[in-house]
Amino acid sequence: MFQTYSLVHVEFLARAALWTAALAAIALAGGGVGGLLVATARVSRVRPVRATAVAFITVVQGTPLLVQLFLAYFGAAFAGFDVPPLAAAALAFTLYASAFFGDIWRGAIEGVPHGQWEAASALGLGRLAALRLIVVPQAIRPAIPPTVGFIVQLVKNTALASIIGFRELTRAGQIVSNVTFQPLAVFLTVAAFYFVICYPISLASRRLEARMGRGHVEPSLI
Amino acid sequence: MIFDFSGTFARWPELAWGAATTIGLSIMSMALGLLLGTLGAAARISDHRALRLLPTAYVETIRNTPLLVQIYIIYFGLPALGIRFTPPVAAVLALGIYSGAYATEILRSGIQSIPRGQLEAARALGLSRWRTLRNVEAGQALAAIYPALMSQFVLLMLATSLVSAISVTDLTATANDIQGLTFRSFEAYLVVAAIYLALTFALRGVLSMLERVLCPFKFVGR
Repeated sequence: MFQTYSLVHVEFLARAALWTAALAAIALAGGGVGGLLVATARVSRVRPVRATAVAFITVVQGTPLLVQLFLAYFGAAFAGFDVPPLAAAALAFTLYASAFFGDIWRGAIEGVPHGQWEAASALGLGRLAALRLIVVPQAIRPAIPPTVGFIVQLVKNTALASIIGFRELTRAGQIVSNVTFQPLAVFLTVAAFYFVICYPISLASRRLEARMGRGHVEPSLI
Repeated sequence: MIFDFSGTFARWPELAWGAATTIGLSIMSMALGLLLGTLGAAARISDHRALRLLPTAYVETIRNTPLLVQIYIIYFGLPALGIRFTPPVAAVLALGIYSGAYATEILRSGIQSIPRGQLEAARALGLSRWRTLRNVEAGQALAAIYPALMSQFVLLMLATSLVSAISVTDLTATANDIQGLTFRSFEAYLVVAAIYLALTFALRGVLSMLERVLCPFKFVGR
C-alpha cells in the first residue's frame, strides 16, 4: 500500500518522539539513582566494593550499547520472562547510564581536595556522612556540564531501541519510510526531530561549561 | 536456565571473520574521520568567517543526531537522489563522517591548547607558517589530544556495531546470524560482548604503545 508522505506522517513521527523522550527520561531517572550507587561504590574504601564498580564500568564502557540491548532483551527471555521491548530497553539504558554517570561523578568526587575528607573525619563524620554532607555538595558544580553533555548522548542513543522493536522515533521513521517509499525525506525529518531535542541541551552544556570552567572531553560517541 | 555455548563456539570461523570486519571498519572510518577532522579543524580556525561557519554546521548537525539515523539517510535515503552505495561503503562513509565531527572538535582544541608564546617564539626565530605548524605545533597538539583521540577510537569501534542494521556482517551481525541458527540468543550475544571487551582492551593496548612512538617526549624522565 503506497501513501504520499504528508503531515499525517509527520504527526505520527512527533508522537513517536514523545516515546523517545520518555525512554530518555526513564534512563535518566534510573541512571541517576544507579550512577549515585556506582559512584559511591567506586570511591569506597572496601576493596571488593570498589572492584565491582570498576568491573561494571569497564564492561559497560567496553561493549557496544547495541549488544547490551540484545543481552537485556534475550537475557530476560532466557531467565523465563516475556518482557516487552520497552522494559528491556529501559533496563539496558538504565545500566548504561548508571555506568557513565557513575564514572563522570566519580571524577567530580575525586576532584574535591583531599583535605575536605580529612577535615570531615576530624569533625567526627563517618565516610558516608562525609561524602553526603561535605564532598558531594562541592562535586555537584563541576559534575553538571559533563552530566548535561551525556544526556545528549542518551537521547541520541535511544534510537538503538528501534532495533529491538520499540516504537520510538527511529522505528516510526522506518514504518513511515516503508509505506511512503520516501526514505530520504522521512529520515531527514526524523533527524530534524532529534536535532530539535538535542541541540538546546548541547548548547546548555556548553554554556554551563563556559560558566563553571573546567573543560571535559565528550564522554561517549555511543 | 542452562547455558549452552556449543552452537556459538562451533561457529568460531564466522565470529573471527566478524571481528576482523569490525576491526577493518574501525580503522577505515577512523582514518576518514581524522581526514575530515583535520579539514574541519583547519577551516574552523581560519580567518574567513564563511569558512568557519561550515565546520560548525557540520559538527553541530552530526553531533546532535543519532548515528543510526545518519546510517539510514546514507544507505536508504541517498538512493532517492541516485547515489547508491554497497552496505560496507555506506557504513565506512557514515562512521567516518560521524567520527569526523568529533575529531574536528578534538583537533581544534589541540591546536588552541598551544600557548601563544610558542608561536611568537617560532616567528621570532624566522620560521615560516608551515615550519611552525609542522615542527612546533603538530607535536605538542598531538601529545595534548592523544588521550581524547584514543578514547574516540575505542568508542568508534563499539559504534561500528550499528552497521549490522544495514546488513554488513560485522561482529554484531554475526551474533544475529548465530542466534537465528541456534536459538541460543543470550549465549551468542554474551560471547560477542566478551569479544568486544577483548577488542577494547587490545585496541587500548596498541594505541598506548603507539603513543610512546608518536609522542616520546611525553615519557621523558618517567
